[in-house]
Amino acid sequence: MKLNSKIPEGPLENKWRNYQVQSHLINPTNKKKLSVIVVGSGLSGAGAASTLAELGYDVKCFCYQDSARRAHSVAAQGGINAAKNYQHDGDSIYRMFYDTLKGGDFRSREANTYRLAELSAPLIDHFVQQGVPFAREYGGTLDNRSFGGVQVQRTFYARGQTGQQLMLAAYSQLYKMVRAKKVEMFPRSEMLDLVVIDGKAKGIIVRNLVTGELQRYAADAVVLATGGYSRVFRLSTLAIGCNGSAVWKAHKKGAFFGAPSFTQIHPTALPQSSEAQSKLTLMSESLRNDGRIWVPKEIGDTRLPNKIPEEERDYYLERRYPSYGNLAPRDIASRAAKERIDAGYGIGKLKNAVYLDFKHAIEKFGLKTIKDRYGNLFNMYQKITGIDAYKEPMQISPAAHFSMGGLWVDYELMTTIPGLYAVGECNFSDHGANRLGANSLLQASVDGYFILPNTINNYLATESKADHPSIDHPEFGKAEQEISEHITRILAINGTKTVDHFHRELGRVMWQECAMSRNKAGLEKAIREIKQIREAFWKEVKVTGKHNEMNPELEKALRLADFIELGILMCTDALEREESCGAHFREEFQSAEGEALRRDEKFAYVSAWEYDKGDFKLHKEALEFEFVNPSVRSYK
Amino acid sequence: MKVIFKIWRQEGPNEKGTIRDYEVDGLNEDMSFLEALDHLNELLVLKNEKVIAFEYDCREGICGQCGVFINGRAHGPHDNITTCQLHMRSFKDGDTIVVEPWRAASFPVIKDLIVDRSALDRIIEQGAFITAKTGTAPEANSILIPKETADRAMDAAACIGCGACVATCKNSSAALFTAAKINHFNSLPQGKAEEHKRVAEMMFQMEIEGFGSCTFTGACEVECPESISITNIAEMNARYVKSKLLK
Ligand SMILES: Cc1cc2nc3c(=O)[nH]c(=O)nc-3n(C[C@H](O)[C@H](O)[C@H](O)COP(=O)(O)OP(=O)(O)OC[C@H]3O[C@@H](n4cnc5c(N)ncnc54)[C@H](O)[C@@H]3O)c2cc1C
Ligand code: FES
Repeated sequence: MKLNSKIPEGPLENKWRNYQVQSHLINPTNKKKLSVIVVGSGLSGAGAASTLAELGYDVKCFCYQDSARRAHSVAAQGGINAAKNYQHDGDSIYRMFYDTLKGGDFRSREANTYRLAELSAPLIDHFVQQGVPFAREYGGTLDNRSFGGVQVQRTFYARGQTGQQLMLAAYSQLYKMVRAKKVEMFPRSEMLDLVVIDGKAKGIIVRNLVTGELQRYAADAVVLATGGYSRVFRLSTLAIGCNGSAVWKAHKKGAFFGAPSFTQIHPTALPQSSEAQSKLTLMSESLRNDGRIWVPKEIGDTRLPNKIPEEERDYYLERRYPSYGNLAPRDIASRAAKERIDAGYGIGKLKNAVYLDFKHAIEKFGLKTIKDRYGNLFNMYQKITGIDAYKEPMQISPAAHFSMGGLWVDYELMTTIPGLYAVGECNFSDHGANRLGANSLLQASVDGYFILPNTINNYLATESKADHPSIDHPEFGKAEQEISEHITRILAINGTKTVDHFHRELGRVMWQECAMSRNKAGLEKAIREIKQIREAFWKEVKVTGKHNEMNPELEKALRLADFIELGILMCTDALEREESCGAHFREEFQSAEGEALRRDEKFAYVSAWEYDKGDFKLHKEALEFEFVNPSVRSYK
Repeated sequence: MKVIFKIWRQEGPNEKGTIRDYEVDGLNEDMSFLEALDHLNELLVLKNEKVIAFEYDCREGICGQCGVFINGRAHGPHDNITTCQLHMRSFKDGDTIVVEPWRAASFPVIKDLIVDRSALDRIIEQGAFITAKTGTAPEANSILIPKETADRAMDAAACIGCGACVATCKNSSAALFTAAKINHFNSLPQGKAEEHKRVAEMMFQMEIEGFGSCTFTGACEVECPESISITNIAEMNARYVKSKLLK
């Protein structure tokens, strides 16, 4: 199968318009007869579901939480980027496009990245209209701040709760359409399989998490908006329920997986403090606007941080990257922290952290300003650690955070299965090998609100003439049967180890070999070990309770079974890519100064993996740079 | 660290529930309260018992999915935090910790510590939105909003929808939840066009869901993880009166 990215003709700035002019329209009467399933109610899912419903389609929307409002978009703190140039600091669509492409180390498509920047300004208009209480200046205009990896102020924010406010706006609009009876909402429902009929996506199998019942839903198109899969590392900044099951099942049914190993490790999370830890809390990157990162110059310095004089502190980001300093992009900041920690300079109980210090900012701007800017983050820090960060530096550490990888999609956000779309974090599209801070709320939102509702017509226009699928089709029966057997098999193992035991094992291997720094031998070992974990899981796991009841342990087991398989693919992808780019750092490919060595001559492509009976086959989408010249990424 | 959990177990909405005792060893102070329950659940699995069903997702105090009564208080012994942010350092070795689900007629128990809070979604459905279609927005800075107004709207909009206000209220009133949402929208220029309708319809829904009325005891603002002030309720009531007068 040849990958067709369907990039429209014309100069960058006309591509999206050209696309819209040429795409099919469907008349309102026909739209009413067409139905769309949206799996996920985060920014991308809720945005897509409500907008598709406004356009007249009949929409069913699913999420695993008890309410659509709780999708993990709610946890984003820092902000959302847009090229409004309100600060008059020289920002533009082109600059934002270039920053994003460069931030991703030239491993994403020009056309997609440009469209992301182009739609950013109207998105802010949209959210303001929906009542998002963004931060404002005294004069009443919108305020901005800056985020890592860029030199302009283009980030819009609502205190430290930007994701929550955007999410609640999206949820409001979703419920507006629930009230209009155009969206039917199914909370506490987990998609366990995709149903493909004659090569096209026509429905899903869902487990009702209250009753355990397996249910069938059919539609003319299926949209996955299921978020990131970084819980494959177990410890991450994601919610406990975040999973890779929906995309994994779609992958097994034929959707190619794009750049699965590209994972962002965030530099400023709270360090792990015990084995029992279930998640790592993120401290917003915006803190790096005013906080300075350092470790002691001497290994094993046991003095309290405030007792260490200035000249004995190593502000290593400022030292290594003088022009960006503490605002270096995430991949670079995380790797630099890992370098210091591995070299023995780590601080804290487990020597696994670095300091983030506000002393100078408080001296310069006053306590009140810092409280205004970050009050709720400092409160959160105190609640979790018991430490007052106005008085002593925070301790922070890198944590798995964001999946740049995801289902491969073309310019229309359609996967390689006709009629199956992927939006938001679960697709691979705009961020390349590293995502810039505050760009993914943006991507999830424009995917859902602006792009998909324009592109899905193109497909549905042809489907409107076809028969509408029925849940009585044998493919539904087959898929349901397979899931039912899968569940029975897990419950029957009755071994001696818990699901969490295996998840910890998987997380350990993935974190060691497939996170901030990777190498051939390590990845080969990881693949072997994960296969052993898979074998052990299927022999020794123990899950109590029944299939036909609310059973949180079974939910965890089903998610983990998919994570294990996904972990193998991630390591396979990381092994295949013999270069360093963005967050993907292969130790064999680095410069003399320890910076990433990209190899455009061989690896300027998006890897797109096809599932092949338990094995994976690589396809390559060549990345052609028509408008910019991929430079060596430098933040020095 | 060792504690004795006394936990509400209930198989389903129509079964009878009961408190059961679990002595749990091997905990430490840095564990969160929910991680202690995770640990207990692992022990239960190994003893071939069903796990305790309890809610969580983000585990960082923002999604609002977690929430139980701990020793008689919503979200545990501290003011203004969620259950997931509570750590075992708040307890002493040997403590007895009683854990129960939210109690409110409008929040029926589904299983063990999990309740059905969909009534809150239905209140939202009745008008917590601005009726404007995607693609119709004017330039964002074309409507100026003074910082104070935006900040006040944000104070109210911060609600995470956990339901602690309802659970802790002796009347099981959802007034704080509803007021926060109404005041968020109604204080912004974008929410003006539908302000009266919004108040009337959301408050009506609150009634038919069976939530009690507010008698201003102030219990809710003590537990609210976002410290949403009870003055919001007075403001909502004023808006309600105004919406009636203008009818
Ligand atoms: C702690 C944190 C902070 C962040 N901060 C920022 C920031 O400041 N700026 C920024 O731009 N980005 C930030 N991000 C990233 C950004 O929040 C996410 O990439 C984005 O919100 C993802 O939105 P989404 O719609 O794709 O997925 P989500 O919001 O994660 O939604 C996923 C949805 O899918 C549903 N779902 C998942 N699996 C299934 C299944 N099998 N069956 C049924 N339903 C399912 C869930 O119930 C949920 O409704 C942050 C991320 C984290 C974790
Ligand atoms: S789990 Fe999200 S608020 Fe507690």
